[in-house]
Amino acid sequence: MTGWLPVLTLLTSLLPALIIFRLPEDRRALRSAVNIVGALSKLGLVTLMLAGVAAGETYEARLALAPGLDLLLRVDGLGLLFLTLSAFLWLLTTVYAIAYLGNGPNQSRFFGFFSLCVAATTGVALSGTLITFFIFYELLTLSTWPLVAHKGDDESISAGRKYLAYTLAGSAMLLIGMVWLESIAGPVEFAVHGQLIGLDPTTLQIIFFILIAGLGVKAALVPLYGWLPAAMVAPAPVSALFHAVAVVKAGAFGIVRIVYDVYGFGLVEALGVGIPLALLASATIVWGSLRALFQTDIKKRLAYSTVSQVSYIVLGTALAGPTSTVGGLVHLVHQGLMKITLFFCAGALAERMNVTRVDQLDGTGRAMPLTMFAFSVAAFGMIGLPPIAGFITKWHLGLGGLEAGHAWVIAVLAASSLLNAAYFLPLVYRAWFRPANTSQEQLTSEGHYALIGPAVVTGASALLVGLFAGLAYSPLGWAQMIVAREYLP
Amino acid sequence: MAEAALAIVLPLAAGLVAVPAGRRAPLLLWPVIPVSLFLAWRVAKGVPSTHALGGWDAPLGILLRADGLAAAFVALSAIVASAVGLFAVRYLATPRETRKSFAFWPLFFCLWAALNAVFLSRDLFNLYVALELLSLAAIAMVALDGRTATIAAAIRYMLFALLGSLAFLTGAALLYGAHETLDMVLLRDSLSPQPATWAAAALMSAGLFAKAAIFPFHAWLPPAHSGAPAPASALLSALVVKASFYILFRLWFDVFTPLATVETVTMLGLLGTLAVLYGGAMAIRQKRLKMVIAYSTVAQLGYLFLVFPLAGGGGDAQPWAASAWSGGVFHGLAHGLAKAAMFLAAGAMMMSGGGDRIDEMAGLGKSVPVASFAFALAAVSLLGLPPSGGFLAKYLMLTASFAGGQWWWGAVLVAGGLLSAVYLFRPMNQLMRNRPGDAPPLAKVHWSLEAAPLALAVAAVLLGLASMAPYRLIQAGNPLSAEVGLP
Repeated sequence: MTGWLPVLTLLTSLLPALIIFRLPEDRRALRSAVNIVGALSKLGLVTLMLAGVAAGETYEARLALAPGLDLLLRVDGLGLLFLTLSAFLWLLTTVYAIAYLGNGPNQSRFFGFFSLCVAATTGVALSGTLITFFIFYELLTLSTWPLVAHKGDDESISAGRKYLAYTLAGSAMLLIGMVWLESIAGPVEFAVHGQLIGLDPTTLQIIFFILIAGLGVKAALVPLYGWLPAAMVAPAPVSALFHAVAVVKAGAFGIVRIVYDVYGFGLVEALGVGIPLALLASATIVWGSLRALFQTDIKKRLAYSTVSQVSYIVLGTALAGPTSTVGGLVHLVHQGLMKITLFFCAGALAERMNVTRVDQLDGTGRAMPLTMFAFSVAAFGMIGLPPIAGFITKWHLGLGGLEAGHAWVIAVLAASSLLNAAYFLPLVYRAWFRPANTSQEQLTSEGHYALIGPAVVTGASALLVGLFAGLAYSPLGWAQMIVAREYLP
Repeated sequence: MAEAALAIVLPLAAGLVAVPAGRRAPLLLWPVIPVSLFLAWRVAKGVPSTHALGGWDAPLGILLRADGLAAAFVALSAIVASAVGLFAVRYLATPRETRKSFAFWPLFFCLWAALNAVFLSRDLFNLYVALELLSLAAIAMVALDGRTATIAAAIRYMLFALLGSLAFLTGAALLYGAHETLDMVLLRDSLSPQPATWAAAALMSAGLFAKAAIFPFHAWLPPAHSGAPAPASALLSALVVKASFYILFRLWFDVFTPLATVETVTMLGLLGTLAVLYGGAMAIRQKRLKMVIAYSTVAQLGYLFLVFPLAGGGGDAQPWAASAWSGGVFHGLAHGLAKAAMFLAAGAMMMSGGGDRIDEMAGLGKSVPVASFAFALAAVSLLGLPPSGGFLAKYLMLTASFAGGQWWWGAVLVAGGLLSAVYLFRPMNQLMRNRPGDAPPLAKVHWSLEAAPLALAVAAVLLGLASMAPYRLIQAGNPLSAEVGLP
């Protein structure tokens, strides 16, 4: 049974995708039901595995592709952290997407690829070998392209083209790095540490940066982030999923895997590749925030904010100390919760009040109080106000930086927090303290609960995981367990 | 193993019956398809095996030898031909096309028989005969349409094919003069690098280059493959060119191994590189869908030539890195499935009323969703993206290139993949678009026209996932040079 759990988890998104592709356009209720059943059963399976892994169990399913080349699904602490996030947010995003798209065209195609994209993310989280990771990582690229180009107009098609140009070039780099590494080290399995010890250090350094360049496209590291703002033309649920769960996160997650499970703490330090990566991440953090400051479109501002925030994960990973690692890993979840809240709200604002630009936000707090409340919580979290999730991250990152002897990390965090405040506070201020535009039409209600509810749930979660960070099953507790169990010498 | 002989005789008999059967010829598919698939399965189970027709052993009699490679290609032709046959029943049954169907079916079955004969023969003269039958059937298929342009394309094809046959036959005669046998196994044991052998190798290779449309002999392929009716294009691009390549593969890995010096294999690799780059660049410039797919074949055949310099490189460093040979075979199989799927999908799209021009394709994603999905899946395999047979092929070849310290061939593979992304996502972008209001409306097509390409595309993907069984199969009785390398 234990080998079947990861396979079943993958199927909970893959089967709905296949079913939904075949459903006629007008079977709206059935389509929604298939989606929700898939998402709920996935959440159930994930809960089962969480309990198992906490008790020290591992789950594995293996399929040989060619001699020595294995497709391996393996559940470990790190994978499960990412998987739990994606399972939880998939359910909410599905509910939101059903409400958001209403009776729009091409929904079977949309939800089919949507589920496929979640299946790919699940595969990324469960991958136990480098080749398995690559397979699902590419499946993610392919299944998200139709979502970017979904609307089918010129703008969407050209955004899709840009997205592919970046991601396929990235995957070519990743493929080269992976094959080069495996041609000298043999097939790389994440659970087997120390495979690379004793190989030529210069080659390993070059391969490390080829791999990072490949993964850096999806993780939106400077200067490879150009596709991300362009992809904003996609429908709001897609943006939410891209930024919080699927694409950007998969890139960051891949970098975490490369640093910890392919190279390992010790080797990264010995090769001296951690600090250049940390500097690159810091540059991305500051640059993303600076660019966000100058965006007048709300979604674009959020997009650049993602560029900045995801690099916190990379920064914590690259510093490769125990505390900074905890900060990086926990931000995988924290950023997801906060950013998806912001995107849910931005989508609801656009859908209900046609608000897409920053200067249109005046007085929206009165018209859509729940939405703007969730928005404000998430924005405060991003800035790093205690006790919201973002604070926990920044605290651990800063502490980890000091611990590793890199006090400049504090300066980066301070600069970034200031910039975060500078681009988020005006939005919050406008929403609550400015009088409403006279031209705005009056809303009779805030919107369907399926449109507003998910944002409220994720916003509350961002607050709760910060408040109760000390519990063993909080994201922080889980991240600490991973580090204590797997990465401490 | 009489199954090997039956795999040739059955479609040949069907081809003969199809002539008098006329309009009812498609009924022949119902017995031929299941039996052929069964025979292919039996041949694959029994590898490696030898069957002497009439009980006469070589060098007097005709020997059929089924090793893993042969069995894999017999299975490929059975799968592709079955799907193409089922597609063609409806494709040719529309009032506009019935005239063609009388000529199509005899050619279809003969082509199938000739393919299996090529895959199972190990005698140069028999190979020549099978290759001639194959070329003639293929040329006639190109001309099926009857338009001036396609007749011209067919005549051009014939010119290349006949010159190729002539060169092949001359080479075979030279070998016979020098070594007094035409059996490939006997030749392998007695071969000595003398001038006559070199001349024979050069002539036979050049002849097969012309038939396989290897750069710079590719000029006939795009008009011929894009001008033929969709089911014929699928067979031509997926199987017919592959047959010539298959012989080339056999010759160099089995017979001419002592001649495969570093210079020779590097030259073959360079030809392949040019094909990959030129084919890709030309595909990007095409305005018509079928021309894009045809030029993609030129490029994809180029990958196969990289196998020669890659084969065996670094075999001692990593036991699993001696994988260029397997990668090449996987590439041949995956390309066969994916390319057939793509041509059939293009056929379904044209039936729907989309036309052949890429800029008129908008909206097809909605009118023929399954065929569009099949097109996309096939593209995934052609791009060498996971999870697909094309990916596994590319991975094995890339590994061989890095493990052997020949990263530049790997760079060609990666560059070729990016080029194909550029030309394949052009039509795929159109599939995502909404149909403009002033464009002529699109029709739904019969489900079999969409199911056939989907089945082939899914098979191409599965080849990369359930890959262990085919991997084991092709290793059965493979030549020593596949393991230790060429130079």
